[in-house]
Amino acid sequence: MILSFDQLTYTYPGAPHAAVRDVTLEVAPGEFVVVAGASGSGKSTLLRAASGLVPHFYGGELAGRVTVAGMDTREHGPGQLARVVGTLFQDPETQVVMGTVRAELGFGLENQGEPPQVVARAVEEVALALGIAQLLDRSTSELSGGELQRVALGAALAGRPSLVVLDEPTSQLDPVAGDELIGLLRRLNEDHDTTVVLSEHRLERCLPAATRVLALVDGEVVCDATPTEFLAWAGGAVPAMQTPGARLLEQLGLVPVAGVKAARGALRAAGVDLEQLPAQPAVSPPPRQPYLKLSSITKRDAPAALALRHVWHELKGGATILRDLSLELQPGELVALMGRNGAGKSTLLRHAGGLMKPTRGKVECAGRVALLLQNPADYLIHDRVDQETSKAALARVGLDPDRYGARHPRDLSGGEKQLLALAIVLGDGAEIVAPVAVLLDEPTRGMDRTRKGDLAQLLRGLGVAVVVATHDPEFAAAFAERVVLLADGGVIADGPVAEVLTGGSYFATETARILGGAGGALTAQQGAALIKQSLEARTEVEL
Amino acid sequence: MASLYCLAFVVAALTLSNPIALGALTLGVAGAAVGAGAALELRRAARFAVPLMATICVINAVASRDGVTVIVRLGNVPLYGQTDITLQAMVYGAILGLRALALILAAALYTATVDPDELLRLFRRFSFHSALSATLATRMVPLLTRDAGRLADAQRCRPGESASRVQLLRATTSGVLDRALDVAASLEVRGYSQARRLPRARTSWSRHDIAFAASAASLTALSIAAHLAGWERFQAYPTLYVGAGGSVLAVAAVLLGVAWLPFLDRHGVVR
Repeated sequence: MILSFDQLTYTYPGAPHAAVRDVTLEVAPGEFVVVAGASGSGKSTLLRAASGLVPHFYGGELAGRVTVAGMDTREHGPGQLARVVGTLFQDPETQVVMGTVRAELGFGLENQGEPPQVVARAVEEVALALGIAQLLDRSTSELSGGELQRVALGAALAGRPSLVVLDEPTSQLDPVAGDELIGLLRRLNEDHDTTVVLSEHRLERCLPAATRVLALVDGEVVCDATPTEFLAWAGGAVPAMQTPGARLLEQLGLVPVAGVKAARGALRAAGVDLEQLPAQPAVSPPPRQPYLKLSSITKRDAPAALALRHVWHELKGGATILRDLSLELQPGELVALMGRNGAGKSTLLRHAGGLMKPTRGKVECAGRVALLLQNPADYLIHDRVDQETSKAALARVGLDPDRYGARHPRDLSGGEKQLLALAIVLGDGAEIVAPVAVLLDEPTRGMDRTRKGDLAQLLRGLGVAVVVATHDPEFAAAFAERVVLLADGGVIADGPVAEVLTGGSYFATETARILGGAGGALTAQQGAALIKQSLEARTEVEL
Repeated sequence: MASLYCLAFVVAALTLSNPIALGALTLGVAGAAVGAGAALELRRAARFAVPLMATICVINAVASRDGVTVIVRLGNVPLYGQTDITLQAMVYGAILGLRALALILAAALYTATVDPDELLRLFRRFSFHSALSATLATRMVPLLTRDAGRLADAQRCRPGESASRVQLLRATTSGVLDRALDVAASLEVRGYSQARRLPRARTSWSRHDIAFAASAASLTALSIAAHLAGWERFQAYPTLYVGAGGSVLAVAAVLLGVAWLPFLDRHGVVR
């Protein structure tokens, strides 16, 4: 076995409870294991134990035994284990330590004292395997997040480790870069027999590549099965872990399977003619100026909460980030702003929130605009949660002041920090004027499905206009009523969520991809209803 | 090799004192930057260096009490006494400023053209951990600058009273510590704690390496020889003497030629 846990129980220093409890399992060479679980369930701890960071780097109390390629992690630290384990974390920025890509890829091998010829060959081979040979002489400071994460993966793989552990490696990436990374891992696993152990929240992205799934709840392994068995188990035990595609199949009484292709196959095998389903709705073209397309008659008569008119943002160096962009947001309207990295989403929000001034055009707002940027920890400056904002504001976002008030803001979980930062920018509506629009930049990064659902519900209940920049089509479908798709600083699609999110493959929910956008169905419930309707109609015709 | 080439400019700037020779050297650095495609970086550095040069000139003129040719009498300045500005102090200040300009431009050329990882590789043989710490510090500066910018933006988004400096400092420090912890974990899993002395690597020199090494050696030898042999004579005090004869002009011309010569052969260089 390449990796084995024998009754592992581990508690972080000062923590009241164990992060993982009584974990016993073995991973065979060549397996592709996905570790699933909600935030705080112990996924990261399990991976840290496999790389030796637990307990050598984090301290704490460890009971039981972890063995990696025959080495006991109590006797061998992460430096020694680095010969057999490659490790990749969430944030690409802090994993790259050298100035150029070539030096970065060779760093680990040089630390092992390998001769220059061996290092040079390994660097060349890993660069070719990951498709980053053209980046070799580039400075690491010039790379995008996706490129940096590939380089960090290359650095972890350069020594040809037999095991790679990855802790939510796609959480900071856009869907394209995330899918590419999973594709690379799948190829490494298939071509080089590298064992992969990966933790991830967006299971629909990685389950098709997996051979085995471990589900953790409160630090305990509650399911250890194949992806198909896991999906069937999750439907009854922890529905939040089930993928939308699996939910769709289950609602039709079929056995859930992982991946779009397998789900389509299962539907066809059950007699569903996907080609005969109602066509997808036509995608609205970007509106002409002035913007008139509104969500309802009542909103049409109301003054805009926020409007960007012919906004340009041009850098001194010549690049144009926003290009004659116009957008109008009505009071209470819920908008998802989507587009690949660099499309201009964050810049648009910064203009709307008053952090940037357009080089041309203007931004008009009917009152205060609350802006929540990507990193909620940047908003936290006090020693207690109740010093950050009022109790009323905390209660408004669902943070119980009595339970959270005395805690240190930096001790909160990622999702709780997000809520606290939201409470800060929203204010209580008394001392601080209530905003007319709330803008959030990628609030769901690293959030599990349950927390995303809670956030969507919270945003829908705010009663003000909300714009969320997001890469997550499932979240957009759950929260928004309108989707604006950006590319190269301009609007390329703008319309109701069912139109925009069924019209493609990257910016589409899993249900929409399975059904090819049919009938504008975005969620498993809508998809199942559409198929049932279609089957009933066919039965009537046949009769 | 680029680091040796830049170092030769620094040695020459510290050795030479004749304004014609120093001017030629500054021109040499500028030409090298154009040849290396780093003109923009040099222009940025010059924006800071030229005002500094003027400041040095003025400070020396006011502070120096040497020189015999008084051009402005400022009278009795409280606590400082009789203050005269002399021609010699002005010129010497200008020479100091010119030297500072040449040094700053050479440093800018170094920053723009030298691969820090190559330098790290050079120093790793002597002290691996110190060399890596220095490289990491260099790499973390832009990252932490971005973090600080992000924090400032987030604070601008906070409604109500703005945060105090102490609160901001604490928040920044917490962020830096979080970053440091993440980087430390990355280093651990890459075997940093087990790092061994790097084996000596035999590298072959390309013709460009040879050209730049020859240029660096010639620049250093010429500037030292010119100084020792008195080919570039300059004296500021008590009376001004600036050598402007054939020898200093020859030194200036050779300096320029030696500095630019490696850029003549650009075959095989990817731009």
